[in-house]
Amino acid sequence: MKKPYPEATSALEGVLFDGMTIMAGGFGLCGIPENLITALRDSGTQNITAISNNAGIDDFGLGLLLQTRQIKKMVSSYVGENKEFERQYLAKELELEFNPQGTLAERIRAGGAGIPGFYTKTGVGTLIAEGKEHKDFNGETYILETGLIADVSLVKAWKGDKEGNLIFRKTARNFNPMMATAGKITIAEVEELVETGELDPDQIHTPGIFVQRIIQSKDLEKRIEHRTTRKQGE
Amino acid sequence: MAWTREDMARRAAQELRDGFYVNLGIGIPTLVANFIPEGINVTLQSENGMLGMGPFPTEDEIDPDLINAGKQTITELDSTSYFSSADSFGMIRGGHIALSILGAMQVAENGDLANWMIPGKMVKGMGGAMDLVAGVKKVVVIMDHNARDGSAKFLKECTLPLTGVGVVDMIISDVGVFTIDDNGATLTELAQGVTVDEARQRTEANFKVAEDL
Repeated sequence: MKKPYPEATSALEGVLFDGMTIMAGGFGLCGIPENLITALRDSGTQNITAISNNAGIDDFGLGLLLQTRQIKKMVSSYVGENKEFERQYLAKELELEFNPQGTLAERIRAGGAGIPGFYTKTGVGTLIAEGKEHKDFNGETYILETGLIADVSLVKAWKGDKEGNLIFRKTARNFNPMMATAGKITIAEVEELVETGELDPDQIHTPGIFVQRIIQSKDLEKRIEHRTTRKQGE
Repeated sequence: MAWTREDMARRAAQELRDGFYVNLGIGIPTLVANFIPEGINVTLQSENGMLGMGPFPTEDEIDPDLINAGKQTITELDSTSYFSSADSFGMIRGGHIALSILGAMQVAENGDLANWMIPGKMVKGMGGAMDLVAGVKKVVVIMDHNARDGSAKFLKECTLPLTGVGVVDMIISDVGVFTIDDNGATLTELAQGVTVDEARQRTEANFKVAEDL
C-alpha cells in the first residue's frame, strides 16, 4: 500500500461519509492542515462532528466548513476567534461540546492509545463535571473522561517521508501528534515530503504506523492571527 | 489613585521566585513578563506547547509556526523546548508548574473562579483555564476590581459558571491585594490612595483586613 497521494482531494477519496467524525490538528491557525480542510469543504461531506481545539476564524481553517454549514457539532476548548461560530451556536444551528484543553488533548491521546477512560481533577465542581462519574483518590475528587477516536484525522507536519513518519516544527506541533494516533484513518499534509531514509529516525515525532496517507502541501497561507512585534533593539 | 494595569502586573511579578516555571494567561497577565524582578530567573510556559517563551519578534523574526497561547507571534530562547498539547497539559495537570497568573470575571471569597462563560451571551470556551487552576500549585488572579457597570466581581458566591472550585490563592486588583486560604479572604495590601472603606464598598465578598493595614 502506497501512502503518498498527489494532492488533498485524491487523499480524501473513499474515506468520507455524511455524519462522520473528523479530527483536525492545529492551535488557532498554527499547524492546521490547510489543503485537507479545503478539500474536505469541496467534498461537500455533511453533518460532520469536528474535534479540534478551535474553530478557525470566519474565513479560514474550520471556519470554511462552518460557512458552508457542513459541521453539525464541534468538540473544542476555545472558539472565541470565530464570530460565525458564536452566531450559529447561539441560534442553536450548531451543537457544541466544550472540553477543557488539557482534557481534550488527553482524551485524544487516550483514544489513540486504546485507553477508554481516565480520571482527572480538571473541571471538578463545574458544568464540565455534570453527569460524569466522580471518584476519590488519596482524598481528592476526580471525574471520569473518555477516550476519543475519529473516523478520519487530518494532521499537519513540517516534514514527512513516504512511510508516513512525521516531524513537526515549533508550536505547530500542538494537537497533531495525538490526533495522528486517534484516527481510524490518518491523513497527513507536510511542507516537505521526502524519500524514506532522509529523516533521522531519532528525530521522528510521529512514527509512520499512525499515518495511512500523506501529501505535500501546496500554496500554504500559514495565516497569523495576532501579528505582534517589538521594535529592533527593544 | 488606584493601581493601573501596569501596577497590577508589576505587583504580580513580585510573586515570582527564582527557578519558577510559570504560565501567564491572556491579557493583563501577559504584561507580568515585562516586570520580572532583577536576579529572578523564571521560565514561561505556553500551553500550546512551549517552555521558555521569548519576547515578541522583530518584523523579520516573525514565524507563523511560533505563537503563544494568545495566538500572538513570539520568539524562542536558547533554553526553549517544544512539545505536544498532551505533554503540555501533563506538565500543568501533573503539578509541575509553580504559578499561574490569569484573569477573572468573578472570584468568590472561598476562591471559586469564573472566567469562561456568560450563559446565552458569550460563548468562547475555557481553553486551558480549567486545567491550569486544577493543576498549578499557586493561582493568582489579576482583574479590575469591578465590572464596567460598577458591580462587584469579588463576591460571596460566583453567579457565572465556574472554572474551578476554591482554586484562587490571591487576587491583585486596582484596589489592592487579597489572599485566600482555608480561613477565608484577607486584604493584605491597598493600592495607593485606596482606603479600607473604599475596598469594602467595592467588594461583596467578606474579607478580613491584615493587621498592618
